[in-house]
Amino acid sequence: MLVLSGIAIIIIGFALGVNPLLVVTVAALASAAAAGFGPVAVIAMIGRAFVDARFLAVPFLALPMIGLLERAGLREKARDIVRGLRRATTGRVLLGYLALRQITAALGLVSLGGHVQMVRPIVAPMAEGAEERDERQPLDPETRDRIRAHAAAVDNIGVFFGEDVFIAIGSILLIRAILEQDGVAVAPLDVALWAIPTAVAAFLIHGARLLLLDRRLRRRA
Amino acid sequence: MIGLDAIGMAAATLPAAVAVHHACDRGAPTRWRNAGFWGLFAALLGVGPWLPDLLAGCLVLVMVGLATWGLRPSAVASSDAEQRAASAARLGGRLFVPALMLPAVTLAGTLSVGKGRIGGVALIDPKQVTLVALVAGSIVALLLAVRLTRPPRTAPVAEARRLVDSIGWAMVLPQMLAALGGVFAMAGVGKVVASGVVNVVALDTPLAGTIAYCVGMALFTMVLGNAFAAFPIMTAGIGLPLLIRHFGGDPAVVAALGMLSGFCGTLMTPMAANFNLVPAAVLELRDRFGVIRVQWPTALMLLAFNITVLTLCAFPGGLR
Repeated sequence: MLVLSGIAIIIIGFALGVNPLLVVTVAALASAAAAGFGPVAVIAMIGRAFVDARFLAVPFLALPMIGLLERAGLREKARDIVRGLRRATTGRVLLGYLALRQITAALGLVSLGGHVQMVRPIVAPMAEGAEERDERQPLDPETRDRIRAHAAAVDNIGVFFGEDVFIAIGSILLIRAILEQDGVAVAPLDVALWAIPTAVAAFLIHGARLLLLDRRLRRRA
Repeated sequence: MIGLDAIGMAAATLPAAVAVHHACDRGAPTRWRNAGFWGLFAALLGVGPWLPDLLAGCLVLVMVGLATWGLRPSAVASSDAEQRAASAARLGGRLFVPALMLPAVTLAGTLSVGKGRIGGVALIDPKQVTLVALVAGSIVALLLAVRLTRPPRTAPVAEARRLVDSIGWAMVLPQMLAALGGVFAMAGVGKVVASGVVNVVALDTPLAGTIAYCVGMALFTMVLGNAFAAFPIMTAGIGLPLLIRHFGGDPAVVAALGMLSGFCGTLMTPMAANFNLVPAAVLELRDRFGVIRVQWPTALMLLAFNITVLTLCAFPGGLR
C-alpha cells in the first residue's frame, strides 16, 4: 500500500499549488522508495525516461513561427475576420472547430490541430473576437480566460472522441494487442464501429454546452 | 536513418536558442537561472541518449531545482498594438499561410512517405515519420513567416523566447510525468490500484461489473495520466475475466468503451499535462486548472453514456 504514497503526494501537492515539477519528483522518489528502490536507481530511471520521452517537445518547434506571426498581427487578423461574420458567436466558432477536429481525427488526420499550432494563434482569437465585437472594449480577464479554456477543451474533446473511429490509430492497435495476448481476437473495424456512438454523444453533449456558453455570455453582456 | 535521435536534436534547437537569448540579456536579474534551465533542457533533448542515465537524472533534478527557485523571466520587447493593427491590415489573410502550412506539410509528409522511403531509399525510421514531418513543417512554416513579415534579424529568437517564457516549466512537465509513469510501473502502483478496485466492489451483475470497469478506467487514467497505461491493467483485472469471460460480453464493445472511458479520465486530470496544463500555460490562463474545469462536466456525462451503451449492447440478452 505504501507505494501509493506517490499518488497522495501528487494530490496534496497539486492542491496546495506547489510547483508541479517538484511535486512529481518527490512523488517519484517516494513511490520508488516504498517499493524498495534507492535514490540512485530512481534518479537514473527518471533521467532515462525523461530522455526517452523527448519526442513530446517536438510540437513546441512551432513557437518561433507563431511568435513572428503574432508580432505581425495574426491574432488581430483572426479577430477581424470573425467580426466580419455577422452570425458568428463564440459558441458557434468553437462548435465549428469541434466538428472539424472530430471529423479530421476520425479520418486519421490527428495532426490537423493542437493547442500550440491551432488554438493559440487562430481558434482562441476567433472565439474571443466573436464575443468582443459588440462591446468595443477588451474582454474582462475572467471572460477571456473562460473562452480560452473552452477553446483548449474543444481541441481535446474533438481529437479524443474522433480518433478512435479511425481503425489504424494507436489505441485500437493497443486494444487488439492486449486482447490477443489472452487469446481473444477482435477486428479493428468492430472496435472502431463501437467508438461511433460515443463520438456522436461527445459532439451532442459538448456542442450543447457550447451553445449554453453563448447564452451565458449573452446574459452577462 | 533519421530517427528519434535526430528529432531530439531538432527539438533541442528551440530551448538552446532561448537559453542563449537569456544569457545575452545583461540587465535581467534572473538571467543565469533561465539560461541554465533552458540550456539543460536543450542538452537533455539533444545529447540525452549519449549521457549516462544517472547524469541525465541529475540534470533533470537541477532543472527542477531552478524551476522551484522561480524562473521569473523578464519581459522581452515585441510589437505594440498599433504596429500589429497596421501590419494585420497590410498583410491581411496572407498571415494565415505559414500557420496553415505547418499542418499541411506535416500531413503531406506523413501521407507521402508513410513507410519512410524517399525515392526507394529507407531514409526515415517508419515509426517516426509523423514527427519528422512535424519538424519539417515547422521549419517550412518558420521560413515562410520570416519571408512574409520581414522581421529584424533578432526577432525570431526574441519571439520564441517570449512564448517559451510564457509557457515556462510547463513545457517540461509532460516529460517529467512520463518519467513518473515509468517509476510507478517499476514500483507496481498499477497492480495495487487495480486489485483495490476489484476487491472493493461486489461484481455480481453485468451492470456492476461494467460500472467498475468504466469508472475504474477513468479513475486509473486520472492517476496515471494516460489511458494507454490504464487499459492493460484494468482489462486484465476486470474486463477480460469478468465482462468478457464470465458474463459473455462482446470483446469489441467492452474494449472500445473501456478505452473511451479512459479518455473521459484524461479530460479530468492534471496528470495528463500535455492536454490540460500545457494548454492553460500556452493560452496564458491565470488558473492552472482552467481547462479541466471546463472539461469535467462533458467527461462525466460521456462516462455515464459509455456505461449505458456497454451495459445495453455488450451482453447477450441485455440487462439481466
